[in-house]
Amino acid sequence: MIKKLWPYTQGYRKWIALGVLCSASEAVFELLLPLVMADIVDTGIPAGDTAYILQRGLLMVAMALLSMALGISAAFLSARAGQGFGANLRQAQYDHIQDFSFRNIERFSTASLVTRLTNDCNNMQMSLMMAMRLMVRAPVMLIAALVLAVSISLQLSRVFLVAMPLLLVLIMLVITKVSPLFSVFQERTDGVNLVVQENLSAIRVVKSFVREDHEEEKFKKRNDALKEIAERAFGFVVINMPLMMLVTYGTIIAVMWYGAPLVQSHALTVALLSTFFTYITQILMSLMMVSMIMMMITRSIACAKRIIEVLDEEPDIADSASDPRLTVADGSIDLDHVSFKYDPASAKWNLQDIDLHIKSGMTVGILGATGSAKSTLVQLIPRLYEANEGTVRVGGRPVQDYTMEHLRDACAMVLQKNTLFSGTIRENLLWGKEDATDAEIEAACDAACASEFIHRLPYGYDTDLGQGGVNVSGGQKQRLCIARAILKKPKVLILDDSTSAVDTATDAKIRAAFRSQLPDTTKIIIAQRIVSVMDADLIVVMDDGQIVDRGTHQELMETSEIYRDVYQSQQEGASIDA
Amino acid sequence: MPKHSRNGYQRPKDTGKTIAKLMGYVGRSKWLLAVVAVCLVANTICSVGGSYLLKFLINDCIVPGDYPKLARMLAFMACVYICAALFSFTYSRIMVHISQKTTHAIRADLFRKMQKLPLSYFDTHTHGELMSRYTNDIETINEILNNGLVQLFSSSLTFVAVVCMMIVLSPVLFLMTVLSLGLMLLVIMTIGQRSRRSFMAQQRDIGAINGYIEEMIEGQKVIKVFNHEAKAREGFAQRNERYRQSATAAHSFAGAMMPAMGNISHINYALTCCLGALLSIAAGFDLGSLVVYLQYTRQVSQPVNQISQQVNNVLAAIAGAERVFEVMETTPETDEGQTVLVHVSHSGGKLVETGQRSDGWAWKRPGGELVPLKGDVRFKDVVFRYVPEKTILHGISLYAKPGQKIAFVGSTGAGKTTITNLINRFYEIQEGSITYDGIDVREIDKDSLRRSLGVVLQDTHLFTGTIADNIRYGKLDATDEEVRAAAKLANADTFISHLPKGYDTWITDDGGSLSQGERQLLNIARAAVADPPVLILDEATSSIDTRTEKLIEAGMDRLMADRTVFVIAHRLSTVRNARAILVLEQGEVIERGDHQELLDQKGKYYQLYTGQAELS
Repeated sequence: MIKKLWPYTQGYRKWIALGVLCSASEAVFELLLPLVMADIVDTGIPAGDTAYILQRGLLMVAMALLSMALGISAAFLSARAGQGFGANLRQAQYDHIQDFSFRNIERFSTASLVTRLTNDCNNMQMSLMMAMRLMVRAPVMLIAALVLAVSISLQLSRVFLVAMPLLLVLIMLVITKVSPLFSVFQERTDGVNLVVQENLSAIRVVKSFVREDHEEEKFKKRNDALKEIAERAFGFVVINMPLMMLVTYGTIIAVMWYGAPLVQSHALTVALLSTFFTYITQILMSLMMVSMIMMMITRSIACAKRIIEVLDEEPDIADSASDPRLTVADGSIDLDHVSFKYDPASAKWNLQDIDLHIKSGMTVGILGATGSAKSTLVQLIPRLYEANEGTVRVGGRPVQDYTMEHLRDACAMVLQKNTLFSGTIRENLLWGKEDATDAEIEAACDAACASEFIHRLPYGYDTDLGQGGVNVSGGQKQRLCIARAILKKPKVLILDDSTSAVDTATDAKIRAAFRSQLPDTTKIIIAQRIVSVMDADLIVVMDDGQIVDRGTHQELMETSEIYRDVYQSQQEGASIDA
Repeated sequence: MPKHSRNGYQRPKDTGKTIAKLMGYVGRSKWLLAVVAVCLVANTICSVGGSYLLKFLINDCIVPGDYPKLARMLAFMACVYICAALFSFTYSRIMVHISQKTTHAIRADLFRKMQKLPLSYFDTHTHGELMSRYTNDIETINEILNNGLVQLFSSSLTFVAVVCMMIVLSPVLFLMTVLSLGLMLLVIMTIGQRSRRSFMAQQRDIGAINGYIEEMIEGQKVIKVFNHEAKAREGFAQRNERYRQSATAAHSFAGAMMPAMGNISHINYALTCCLGALLSIAAGFDLGSLVVYLQYTRQVSQPVNQISQQVNNVLAAIAGAERVFEVMETTPETDEGQTVLVHVSHSGGKLVETGQRSDGWAWKRPGGELVPLKGDVRFKDVVFRYVPEKTILHGISLYAKPGQKIAFVGSTGAGKTTITNLINRFYEIQEGSITYDGIDVREIDKDSLRRSLGVVLQDTHLFTGTIADNIRYGKLDATDEEVRAAAKLANADTFISHLPKGYDTWITDDGGSLSQGERQLLNIARAAVADPPVLILDEATSSIDTRTEKLIEAGMDRLMADRTVFVIAHRLSTVRNARAILVLEQGEVIERGDHQELLDQKGKYYQLYTGQAELS
């Protein structure tokens, strides 16, 4: 795991090394202070040597100042390294996600990707910072203090043979008891939050069914369970401190008992004995710290694993066989016996044996019930998914021949669930063509019937859309998305149910504009409403991943039962923008 | 929403009031708190006193080599320390209990309160905001009760005790200590202020980058379709770098605090050591006292450090508590209605109230008079606005006679959903009146009112649980047969039986594994099992394709038979057979009549029907 993450420390390695050095030396200086103190008490006081005392005192002050400088440097260095590492990791993840195909994105949910980029990365950078400061400090402290203690008195140091294993065993006991309790605690916290979350989003349902009491009951159960486990878990944790105190003080008492004869026999001075106490505290404290760090690390490991999962994910569509000079010649599309499934392990095909040939400039309508895989079919064209069997050709060549950039530049697609980004209308439209002139923008918006409402907005094209385009209605949003796609001047334009919220009259106007302004562009229109596809050159009817019927409106009315069915179900009333 | 990052430096507005309220919760365990206080004091005395014993141990036992006395003293010392540990354990354990009990009670109260808040509250507060009351604010309160508060008190006590002992041991040396404590305070103030400022900057940049991540990952597919990857990388890199810089600054200062404080204490230690040694030579300051004083020097800076840390946490917790209490103090939905819904049966031409479910409902007026429930809803000159600046409904009048199907047609923002929200009194009207079977809705007990109305909303919401649980939400005591019958009515039975575990299939994540259409079918089944006298269908079939809608039509017709039904739909085929169709525009009824009448009028409805009108 460390091997996987180490590359992302690039640019900060010297800071890490320096920081570790600083905190290690800081710890050593801190431990040397009591020794000098003992020297003053043992040598200076009995001899009454004021000069010696002052000299040693100044030495101590100098050491403390040096230690302060080292400590502060360690803090600055670890902050720099930790945050830098986090930033690298975040950027690497984000960059990698940009290479993800749709399938990759779906394998992680949006929410989980966001968590990995935010919480998990933050956790990692904190961990490195803590590691640089504490993880180095605690073991150095532990070892140095042990060495110093032994140098003071080997005989007395034997107490550590008892104290250290004892403390370790006790801590381990507590940890093994507590950690399963904490995972239950986490689960139950999530449980409480889940009830609140669902209650909040379904508040209208709760209120209209008058289920407030039921919800409270549900909440109470979870809340009670949470309280019970929290009390048990934290109840165990608080044993830690008193335990630590007992072991430390027990050791001090033992040292005094065994140390007294040594003092008597002048093998040890009083001041050294008291220095020894300091080391006892340091050693046992460091031991405790090490075990705490271990616990913290286990938590970070979970985050690291999740980040590595993202970094290790192979983008399953890549420009491996493409020719970068190749551009799409025209808008002809051929699907030769194409089959596709989302889940390679599944036995069921999502698309089966699709054979469809579209000439450049044609308008093709696709109809079918929800779940008949219409969207899946069109997403194979700009290679958002890769067909498992058969070949998808655009402009006469397999889609794999083009770089994704060239292919997707030529095939504009308006997704069903489309997104506008925060920023002005103009900024959003420029996604289609970065250097579009005002005239081009205006023309695209005219074709998409968007200019009329844009001009009515107080700031026109400079109106701020807010996050996710909250300031425009559903139909307006769809028209903006269409305009954005038209701006690309694509060879192929795919609309995936993109006018569902636009009223029929406007829908018709948009289609008329397509005909007159984009005569050479191949237009593929997925729609629920038959009127949206009625005048297409070819209409394809899909059912359960297969093309069941194809033809013009007239032909289908005669030959296709499904088509007739849909037609009749819609004849009784038109749809309106709602 | 991303988890709201905890801002440790928020200051509460009305500290006194909030503390008083918080104490109201904590104070429920008065006796335990008293025990905690006693233990705290005892523990401090024991641990500070324990160190003081060192002096006698060194001066009277170790130096003269008096072993029997040493044994006695050590035994005594052991007792003192064992007591200290026991006291410490006792108060910590009790505080765990108190803090869990307190947060449990606050959570429960907050949730209960949340159920009583008017919808307008949820309109103006995001879910993330309310969630953070639970995840962040109550959590900070918990933390402070669990650790912070006790630490604050014990640190203060220890500090006072140690200072006292120091003065007793050597007033001269203590002057030295005062100097270094002053220096520490200065460091806390200056570093603290800088770190606060840089933490604020960090908070701002975290917000910016998290917002960007959320928006871009949400729109990742659009980024792919538009070849926008390079731009997205660049935008991210900018924000990432800004965050890195501010975070580096913030953590540098925060991290510098510890070594700075620790080493000031070391310098103090060094100088005390010197001064002590000189005193011992010049004034015969005894060795034991010097050793003990040096121990105290190490101890005295710790509480200062801890207090300075805890003060920020305490302030953050109070600010959190303030936000929680703010929610609790919001005015709840008004519900002064006295008229309640009761089950009745007809016996001998008279209505008789029955305890259990029967064939009829009636309104029971405050005087005991029974009015049969028919479903006669009338709006008279209703004016309504969500916010004072914008009127949504301009004096709407309408009536639905019992058993009629009334349809609303109109574009987004015309006020269709608003009308249905007013019938079940999700919002209060500003002018005019709404009557239900001749009774002003304000006189009807809110729960009764809503129980009489079944609502199927466009946005489906499912709860974690089985499919059957979700249908049963309409009627908690529905039998399996009733659930199945309702599902069949909504044509949901077919897809449910295709699921691996049928009705026992577990639903998570708001039914994420089901299609929008399937979720709507479940929604309809849920309303069907509730079997309410009046139904409101708000775009209930919008995500069901036209063929499936045809299939459930029969079931819907059965569901709607003999009921007053309000329908909102954008497919005119859905509303075509309504008894009355109301065309709304900008909060006003512009046309009404049945399908044929409206077509004959050749007005807006006609235009919509023939696809000539532009709505947006």
